[in-house]
Amino acid sequence: MNRIEQKFKLLKEKNQKALVTFISAGDPDLKTTEELIYSLDQNGVDIVELGMPFSDPMADGPVIQRSSQRALQSGTNLNKIFTTVAHVRKKTQIPILLMGYYNPILQYGEEKFFKKCASVGVDGALIVDLPPQEGKRVKEIAQVNGCSLIFLLAPTSDPERIKLVCKNASGFIYYVSLTGITGAKLQSDLQKQSALKLLKKTTQLPVCIGFGIKTAEQAKKTSQLGDGVVIGSALIEMIEKHQGKKAPQEISTWIKKIAKAVH
Amino acid sequence: MKKSTKKNQWQSYNLPNHLGYFGEYGGQFVAETLMPALNELEAAYKKIRSDSHFKKEFKRLLKDYVGRPSPLYEAARLSQKLGHRIFLKREDLNHTGAHKVNNTLGQILLALKMGKKRIIAETGAGQHGVATATMCARFGLSCEVYMGAEDVQRQAPNVFRMKLLGAKVIAVHSGTATLKDAMNEALRDWISNVSNTYYCIGTVAGPHPYPMMVRDFQKIIGEETKQQILKSMNRLPDYVMACVGGGSNAMGMFYPFIKDTQVKLMGVEAAGYGIRSGKHAAAIVGGRLGVLHGQKSYLLQDAEGQIIPTHSISAGLDYPGVGPELSYLADQGRVQIVSATDKEALEGFEMLSHLEGIIPALESSHSLGYLKKYAKKLKKNSVIVLNLSGRGDKDLNTVAKLQKISL
Repeated sequence: MNRIEQKFKLLKEKNQKALVTFISAGDPDLKTTEELIYSLDQNGVDIVELGMPFSDPMADGPVIQRSSQRALQSGTNLNKIFTTVAHVRKKTQIPILLMGYYNPILQYGEEKFFKKCASVGVDGALIVDLPPQEGKRVKEIAQVNGCSLIFLLAPTSDPERIKLVCKNASGFIYYVSLTGITGAKLQSDLQKQSALKLLKKTTQLPVCIGFGIKTAEQAKKTSQLGDGVVIGSALIEMIEKHQGKKAPQEISTWIKKIAKAVH
Repeated sequence: MKKSTKKNQWQSYNLPNHLGYFGEYGGQFVAETLMPALNELEAAYKKIRSDSHFKKEFKRLLKDYVGRPSPLYEAARLSQKLGHRIFLKREDLNHTGAHKVNNTLGQILLALKMGKKRIIAETGAGQHGVATATMCARFGLSCEVYMGAEDVQRQAPNVFRMKLLGAKVIAVHSGTATLKDAMNEALRDWISNVSNTYYCIGTVAGPHPYPMMVRDFQKIIGEETKQQILKSMNRLPDYVMACVGGGSNAMGMFYPFIKDTQVKLMGVEAAGYGIRSGKHAAAIVGGRLGVLHGQKSYLLQDAEGQIIPTHSISAGLDYPGVGPELSYLADQGRVQIVSATDKEALEGFEMLSHLEGIIPALESSHSLGYLKKYAKKLKKNSVIVLNLSGRGDKDLNTVAKLQKISL
């Protein structure tokens, strides 16, 4: 059982929902990323998603695009992200998963990537443009290395896709709350979405809902529909606003408020 | 022995497979949100592909609206200068001035069948954007075209054309502000509006079924060429040449010749300032296997898999990737991929203008430039067909600027 699975087991015992947060590794630099991880951990975040920057993030809105760009400008690459995680692991056991696009991983080498994940203490990966039918080999490699491979589902997903994703996913399933890109506006009809209903009937895995969640109230309400929520763009907007200052107090206060609402 | 196996391989050529792969190239590397839409598109395409009513309508409009068949013209003075018998497939004479319209007609007819009322497209040189806007005007559909901000500048006449046709042109400022970024933005739009929107991709790239579908809509180029050359020469050509960006005019021309292994197929990529300069757009000549825009294919990227900025004098070739089928055919040796620099393309541009009274698109000028340079190395008096994929009107500003002339 890796840290992600342990975390969900623990949360279930406590009857709590999970707060998952996304930040781009290296935005604006990896030192800040490290401090942010500690701050998120201390303020009640359950799982940290670290974005691996890519030059062409096709499924992301402007906020994460800019953040990805800042990360690349600061010279962030996979090796440096692994070094940062290894360093972070001396201080915290918060579950960490890497999220990004397939090409940088393909160029790094899929085997090498997951071996490295296992050795530095990364617990899982979410590859946005690698749907399960293309990810058979990657799934095997992740499994061998004890890493969860998280897949996405969306309101557009039909029963066939839901079945396929549930069969292949591990760790948890990331349900995209809306038909759109990251940072879009949350839709109010979430509880009526048939894909979400069917997904919960189909899988034993925890379901975390993300995209468009910006406030504590939204987080609380949305978390009740699944097993947890993911916050990305809203957090990154705050980081963008405070560029240059170290792990600002404002972010910890905000995260604490959201964690309280979710838990 | 080996040769005959190879020959058989091409006799029964029927890629892609059911997962959209040409060998190891192709596939569907997209966000999950789009998977149902791709499945829906594939099912709809398979249905119309064997629908005689659809085929009839497509053929009729290709003839009456696009102006097909396009002539296969023997360029006598060019032939004399280069020492071969050179035929030009005049896709520049199509309505809207390039081969792009063949594909947009097919896809817009398909969108209508699927009940999609909103069409989006990406464009580089603007030719695909114009062709899409044209078809949307013809069928009364709403049309939004994503175009890199840099291309909006260098292809201003086409931007105006699209607006005249009632389309909305959205300038994309992200990334390198060229074709790849326009495609990113179009994909983001599609992810956000997938239920009512049809994404009309302009080349043989992107996730399956696009590479197959766009090739099928473009293969009319090669089919006509084959009939025309057999009629005039009573034999197949020795060489068939086309420029390669994403690869739609090349695949449209090459596909019907794949089985005719005596015909040498040559694709000319854009070498920009030269392959060694690193500032080019030659994905197969200068790139390696990667994944972008939903497909696995040759790709221009750095050591860490980040996409690198490309350069070509022609906006239509200024793209870091290439269609998966061309990657496969190049690997298998069925298509030979070469390249021509900006300078060589400009020489081709001038040569055809002066000798034949035809101003070619800068894209097609790459194959003309290559032919000019290497004509002597080809077997003497070869029969060569060159796909003149578009006309050069849209490039007058670019060329004038290089000659320090303001229009």
